[in-house]
Amino acid sequence: MQENGKMPTLSEKPPVGRIFGGDGENGEAKLTASSFKTDQDIRWCPGCGDYSILAQTQRIMPDLGIPREKTVFLSGIGCSSRFPYYMNTYGFHSIHGRAPAFATGLKTARPELDVWLITGDGDALSIGGNHLIHLLRRNLNIQVLLFNNQIYGLTKGQYSPTSEQGKVTKSTPYGSLDHPFNPSAVALGADGTFVARSLDRDPKHMQAMLKRAHAHAGTSLVEVYQNCNIFNDGAFFEFTESASKPFRSLFVEHGKPLLFENGKKGIRLEGLKPVVVSLEEDGFSVDDCIVYDETSRELATIITRMFDATMPRPFGVFYVENRPTYDQQVAEQMEEVLQKRGKGSLASLLNSGDTWEVQ
Amino acid sequence: MELAIQKPVTSLDEVTILFAGDSGDGMQLTGTQFTLATALALNDLATLPDFPAEIRAPQGTTYGVSAFQIHFGSKDIHTPGDDVNLLVAMNPAALKVNLHRVRKGGTLLVNSDAFGKRDLDLAKYTENPFENGSLDGFQVIKVPFTTLTYEALKPYGLDKKTMDRTKNMFALGLCLWMYSRPIEPIQKLIAQKFAKKPQIVEINTTVLQKGWNYGETTEAIAVRYLVKPSSQLPKGTYRSIHGNEAIALGLAAVADRGDLDVLYASYPITPASDILHQVSGLKHFGIKTVQAEDEIAAVGAAIGASFGGVLGVTGTSGPGLALKMEAIGLAVMTELPLVVVDVQRGGPSTGLPTKTEQADLLQAMYGRNGEAPVCVLAASTPGDCFYMTYEACRIASKYMTPVILLTDGYLANGAEPWLIPDVETLRPFASPFVTEPNAMVNNKATFHPYVRDSETLARPWAKPGTPGLEHRIGGIEKADGVGNVSYDPDNHHFMVKRRAEKVQRIQQEIPTTDILGDPSGELLVVGWGGTRGAIEAAVSNLREKGLRVSAIHLRHLNPLPPDLSDIFKGFRQYLVPELNNGQLVRVLRDQYLLNFIPYDKIQGQPFKSSEIEGKILEMVSS
Ligand code: SF4
Repeated sequence: MQENGKMPTLSEKPPVGRIFGGDGENGEAKLTASSFKTDQDIRWCPGCGDYSILAQTQRIMPDLGIPREKTVFLSGIGCSSRFPYYMNTYGFHSIHGRAPAFATGLKTARPELDVWLITGDGDALSIGGNHLIHLLRRNLNIQVLLFNNQIYGLTKGQYSPTSEQGKVTKSTPYGSLDHPFNPSAVALGADGTFVARSLDRDPKHMQAMLKRAHAHAGTSLVEVYQNCNIFNDGAFFEFTESASKPFRSLFVEHGKPLLFENGKKGIRLEGLKPVVVSLEEDGFSVDDCIVYDETSRELATIITRMFDATMPRPFGVFYVENRPTYDQQVAEQMEEVLQKRGKGSLASLLNSGDTWEVQ
Repeated sequence: MELAIQKPVTSLDEVTILFAGDSGDGMQLTGTQFTLATALALNDLATLPDFPAEIRAPQGTTYGVSAFQIHFGSKDIHTPGDDVNLLVAMNPAALKVNLHRVRKGGTLLVNSDAFGKRDLDLAKYTENPFENGSLDGFQVIKVPFTTLTYEALKPYGLDKKTMDRTKNMFALGLCLWMYSRPIEPIQKLIAQKFAKKPQIVEINTTVLQKGWNYGETTEAIAVRYLVKPSSQLPKGTYRSIHGNEAIALGLAAVADRGDLDVLYASYPITPASDILHQVSGLKHFGIKTVQAEDEIAAVGAAIGASFGGVLGVTGTSGPGLALKMEAIGLAVMTELPLVVVDVQRGGPSTGLPTKTEQADLLQAMYGRNGEAPVCVLAASTPGDCFYMTYEACRIASKYMTPVILLTDGYLANGAEPWLIPDVETLRPFASPFVTEPNAMVNNKATFHPYVRDSETLARPWAKPGTPGLEHRIGGIEKADGVGNVSYDPDNHHFMVKRRAEKVQRIQQEIPTTDILGDPSGELLVVGWGGTRGAIEAAVSNLREKGLRVSAIHLRHLNPLPPDLSDIFKGFRQYLVPELNNGQLVRVLRDQYLLNFIPYDKIQGQPFKSSEIEGKILEMVSS
């Protein structure tokens, strides 16, 4: 099943301006996870899944080789969006839903910075839905960590755009009526170039996903199933807890067959429809199962759409596409114009068009 | 230029011409070209285009009328003109919509080919205006523009549509003749513009020349006019400039003179889109542009750039400013520089998108949640948009504050001759960035983002990428100095006051207020924004008649100039003319507790100087 640390390197291309600064150019000792901690008290509820995401992020940062001063964590509003205060890098806690807009400006202005965007299901998919899809289509070279806890935590427990239909919350005493979003499918639909899903309670998997996301040149969206133990406790336990995890979770890996339940079951395509087959009882073998190809938009569409109780829930890197990034293209176009026209002269710009002299 | 003068020439000090026709008749082009010829004749001038909100309104209807007004003279010209001397009407609708703007005794030059039954019906004329006496008191010159154009183009065997599209050149040629303007620069302009289409050049110049010749030979026009060069224009090199164009040039100046890169992010909106069009062509000045997915994204991208150490600028109009307000509040809280240009238009809601108004002042000053003061500036002429853009960027980066620069549809689209500035005279920007830690914690050098400059109270601007200055900011209240999240009651009170005090200290940047007229008298007119020309024309005129009136024009609206209380002491009455329902007047009453009298006009049109004169006279004689 899930074998971390051996991720394929299909899309790995050094991000623009990457500088190795592991031993700290500003006289710091070699960076460790603690180099990325701040002195701020962390204000998440004890037991919140956010702690694990913060810890995994801090853990992988030294391995990325980006100096702290070149790293920016940017967020919107919500429990997850407090994240930048806890990262000892540059950080910007912005306003609700708009982090992709700030990130677009920042990364366009300063493509050499390593930008991480922290958001939640309400922030990214409700108030900020428009910005998220435009970020994905433009493909700025940043990492987006979407903490999906299927609830509004900071406003104390209303249903969110990812809550299951029928959810009883403070604002829906008779059950919610809204059909939920499947964030990974939204990202694919918006032509995202890197779409992955992970879980707060699987540190190794999450670390691997974060590293892959970082290695991708383009907008990397990692949806992380995150437990809100106060308002939506156990929302993802079927996928994260050992009793059910093997039966309910499917870890996809590039070049490997889609298997779960400790290899006893697999996913096979019948036409365009994925079906669960038993390798022990139905007479199918591993060869009948889909061999995952993360560069296939078609497979990615089929897999991310596995979203109901009849199918195991997929995790891993669903889709990777190499497409020029917006920030890189802006830089190239600037350079092209500069080459063609030469550095602008203010005096000649002001004097352009029809002029006349008054003596 | 050689003038083959065969008809008597009458000399005039000033003239106002209004070109009006269907939106497909090319009136904006005609107007712009006449403007160029006028500028080259060294007159002072002001122009005002007036076009329909619809891109292609049904032909021949009154709501499809597009007009272009130009006022030029040998004396100082402040406005596009109150009353029109010559109306060029290409169809009945153009005549119907604009007749009321023509002064009694004025001239109507009409395309007599366009007054058939169907044309009259489209303009909803129940009777032929030539026949029912409604044009009595005007001098009517009927010229069959269409027929004459067809005749001129006969040798080319063109289709009707192409020939129809050229008749504006006939009118232009005739007008150039009537006002003794040179024709050669226009021929040159046409040749440049259509360099790749020699036939278009030929047919346009042919028709233009025919129009000119028609003036020489027709018996319908007995005199031509001469408006001598203005003697009042300061020496130097001039160009014609629109407000929106001036803003783009202002940003180029910032990128060139300031130690600062610029990113302009915007979402298309009338009448501000032209700024984006212009700025996106300035990449070789190092200015990046982003056409954002919406207004909020545009201001967000600008603030993101500012966080990254590149000055973020965004442009919009009233509805867009409303959408940007929460983000502007974030820039107030995080004390990041940001410039927001609001090209005001008629509101509320969609309002009058192509018409001018000054109704966003209070929105700019107060339209945010919480105590969120920002610097508010206003440009007063199209050319002033250049200087105020530069000033907005300079203040924003020096004081680490959002600056809202108010212009309006009239300034954006209106043009004036502009004395091209010497770039060396622009106040240069110092590099605004800090590079060193500013605090010690446990014997370790560290950076505290809210330690303020003692003179400006600005917090330091640290560029991501600078080692040792890593810090976190955001919309939650921050502790003074150290900049950590703080819910402390006293700290919040203190920080609110500090932010207000910081914006107030921008007064240090404001030059002495110029007074038009004496520093004391019976009445002071206080204006702001695009009404400057109308106010100054009115006040100058009344002063010549011996009235003790003066005027000041505010370009800094928050904070207000520090010398205003002293100036107010010299006058007994105060008049505040605005194209809104009374906004500056409220701000002034609030701050100075004096009896400022509002004078409003909310019609989507600029003031006429005669309107302001009338109001002043009413006040000083009562
Ligand atoms: S409310 Fe939920 S999501 Fe928010 S911090 Fe508490 S546990 Fe975490």
